[in-house]
Amino acid sequence: MPKEITLADIVDILEEYEVIELEDVSIEGEIELEISSDGAVPTSLIQLLQSMLSVVDKQLETTLSTRSSLIQILQPAQLPQLSVGEMKVQSLVPAKFEVAKAEWNGRIEEVTIGATSSDGGSRGNVVTIGGEKSLPFYNFDNQMPHPPVISVDCFDMPIPLAKAVRGYYDDVMEDPGEWAKKNVQEFGADMVTIHLISTDPMINDTPAREAAKTVEEVLQAVKVPIVIGGSGNPDKDPAVLEAAAEAAEGERCLIASANLNMDYERIAKAAQDHGHVILSWTQLDINAQKTLNRYLFKLGVPREDIVIDPTTAALGYGLDYAYTNIERMRIAALKGDSDLAFPISCGITNAWGAREAWMKDSPIKEDSDWGPAAYRGPLFEIVTGLTLGIAGGDLFMMMHPKAAKTVKRVTQMLFGAKTDDDKAIGMEDWVKWRPEK
Amino acid sequence: MRIGSPMEIWEYLPGTNCGECGEKTCLAYASLLKDRKKSLSDCKPLFEPKYADKAHKLMDLLAPEVREVKIGVGARTMTIGGEDVLYRHELTFFNRTALTYDVWDTMDEAELRVRVKEITDWRKFYVGEFLTLDAIAIRSVSDDANTFAACVKCVAEETDLPLVLCSFNAEVQKEGLKTVSDRNPLIYAADKDNWSEMLSLAKRYKVPVALFSQDLDMLNSLAVTFSSAGIKDLVLDPGTYPTGNGLSESFSRFVQLRRAGIGEQDKQIAYPLIAVPMTAWQVLEDALEASYWEAVIADTFILRYADMMIMHSIEPHSLIPERTLVANIYTDPRRPVSVDAGLREVGNPTAESPLFLTTNFALTYYTVESDIASNKIDSYLMVVDTDGLGVEAAVAGGQLNANVIKETIDSHEIGKKVKNETIVLPGLAARISGETEDATGWTVLVGPRDSGRIPGWMETSWPPENVS
Repeated sequence: MPKEITLADIVDILEEYEVIELEDVSIEGEIELEISSDGAVPTSLIQLLQSMLSVVDKQLETTLSTRSSLIQILQPAQLPQLSVGEMKVQSLVPAKFEVAKAEWNGRIEEVTIGATSSDGGSRGNVVTIGGEKSLPFYNFDNQMPHPPVISVDCFDMPIPLAKAVRGYYDDVMEDPGEWAKKNVQEFGADMVTIHLISTDPMINDTPAREAAKTVEEVLQAVKVPIVIGGSGNPDKDPAVLEAAAEAAEGERCLIASANLNMDYERIAKAAQDHGHVILSWTQLDINAQKTLNRYLFKLGVPREDIVIDPTTAALGYGLDYAYTNIERMRIAALKGDSDLAFPISCGITNAWGAREAWMKDSPIKEDSDWGPAAYRGPLFEIVTGLTLGIAGGDLFMMMHPKAAKTVKRVTQMLFGAKTDDDKAIGMEDWVKWRPEK
Repeated sequence: MRIGSPMEIWEYLPGTNCGECGEKTCLAYASLLKDRKKSLSDCKPLFEPKYADKAHKLMDLLAPEVREVKIGVGARTMTIGGEDVLYRHELTFFNRTALTYDVWDTMDEAELRVRVKEITDWRKFYVGEFLTLDAIAIRSVSDDANTFAACVKCVAEETDLPLVLCSFNAEVQKEGLKTVSDRNPLIYAADKDNWSEMLSLAKRYKVPVALFSQDLDMLNSLAVTFSSAGIKDLVLDPGTYPTGNGLSESFSRFVQLRRAGIGEQDKQIAYPLIAVPMTAWQVLEDALEASYWEAVIADTFILRYADMMIMHSIEPHSLIPERTLVANIYTDPRRPVSVDAGLREVGNPTAESPLFLTTNFALTYYTVESDIASNKIDSYLMVVDTDGLGVEAAVAGGQLNANVIKETIDSHEIGKKVKNETIVLPGLAARISGETEDATGWTVLVGPRDSGRIPGWMETSWPPENVS
């Protein structure tokens, strides 16, 4: 291929003529020289150019038809017309960057969880999620109306937890009320999720009315809105959630959850009768989510009472499916699919299912060292949370306090909330940043 | 590539249906080209002189929306950019975000060599392969040309990874470049002040160059200036601010650049993007906090359009999640991640060794396989085709059932090797154990819910008492 060598190049080469090995210089085809100047060229440059050309001449096998013209240009008579400064590309080509805003037809439903005394509840505040008209944090399209919210998990019985998490909850595991309080007071939870897992017939088979008492305890212990979760047992959950919904009458809790493999009608009815929001849960299946939501519409559940949970898979263990499933749903909703236009809840605690989050060492001998599990675990939870937040998550159920705090902090920043920790730095200064020993 | 129908490609193919590409017809091949599942080089006749015009036309037509840029040489050359879509479900992302880790020229030489080696050799097993890191960024902290050159030389001796030379000082860059110009390094970076010198360097040494400006008009201007001077292997850095509103603005710049490049086909700025999560280290003093925040920024820009990024922490707690996320996001969503069904041997199984059952979801399969293998349990592993679903989902969805298990046993003649006729089902598939026993006539045991607990299960449950 013919190559063009500009005068700027030659000047550069000449500038350091003594250190360039000319056997590395290959000039093929045309040499273009465009010189227009009324300045002067230093004699040293002329000498360098001439000596270079003589060497080039020896090196080149091909005829350099341009050589003579180059030398011609360098005739003394024409020298005053040359200027070194102008031999380089002188100025930037002006350009303006422009990009259009994304316009969507759809809008995500706005859902409020919790009820204060003025609305017949006893919460100190309410939490509102959803309402988006753009992808998450795309404030240049439309300002996101509400930042994502963090609900920290507690359980109605002591449960096995990864070592890195356990230390935070050891003292409250026997007492769901204290546990919930700790989540709010020490870990800054926006909401608390009480999981009534002991009701599972395979675990303690705790009766529904006893589970309802646990819910009352939690409601008394904290003033934030709460999520009430069953055990996930499709046969038992309807009865448990029914009793819990009744006990929490008027508090506008999020009832978790209705899904297609159970009597979702009973759960939806309980939520409606007692003034709650329902979580519509499906397993990584966009069509199943549409189907279940439509069933809920048919049962008369108002749109502002629905949050969806399309399922969270852990980093490294299916997060790509969860990410794309949520992103697809959110885009479909923004494009106008009203079946999917609901705030999204994500069970980020699932991240601890990844063995990298908790296992001491790698079971694979050829792996590089895994380092302390205590450092890995929270990051698995953080990355799972933030990733699904960027996909479209509005509510994160989390467990490790540091992970919850970090996801809260970054999503607040991306949301555009005012933060006071914005230390001023130059964005290019990292190049010279000196790590401390 | 913006192509509505394979016909738009087909009209430039030879149309002889010769079959050399492995497809029966040129149209079938065209539709694979459209999905980027085949490349033009598969069509040998196209490169005959008589098709030269068509070949050129096709190369233009099939060029990805975002320019593809190669950095480095040899087996570990990295290719970045080349993307065609804004969301992975629309097709797939192609060239994974290249994770680059830093060294700096004021490091003690011994320390430097150790760090370079660690980055070069790092690996983590994941879904049947070892994940590795992509490149090393060499920062000139000294701002001294000779110090930088010595450091670059040292790094180049120690690694075959692609290199990124980082200095805004053209004199420093030049000395570094001279040392490794044959390694096709990326030079970082040209900006509004040094662009002219950097342009000369990029031209002379024929290396890719990064352009830096947080002002997108300026960045656009730099890109146009370089490309019209013939430098087209560009990587754009719109600036990564680590916290606060600055982070939100950085996020918006990345999205807007990629939207312009792919959504609006603005070729002027359709280049790979580089993010620098290591700016976190400038605002956070505690090393653990900084490494966490760096991972947070990395996460953000892995998802939103960085084609490469530079980071500082090489602690395992940083590398494992960062690299795993890249692997996840750059997995082709069009393909179920699955392995072939059948019988595998782990170690040296005998007729009395256990037969574990798992599904053909690659992640499940490799987890189970590696758990058994690394604990040196000689055994058979029967892989059932569940359409690439994991155990729990496949049991719930009915893809893992007694009949499928029986068919797998029969079609792979598993009884010929496994004389004890006993299957160990995953704990998560316990509820189909009865029907499996009925359908197969084999003894069915229920194993642990997590294959990591197979060694413990072996101690208490194998060999079973009723098997001689």
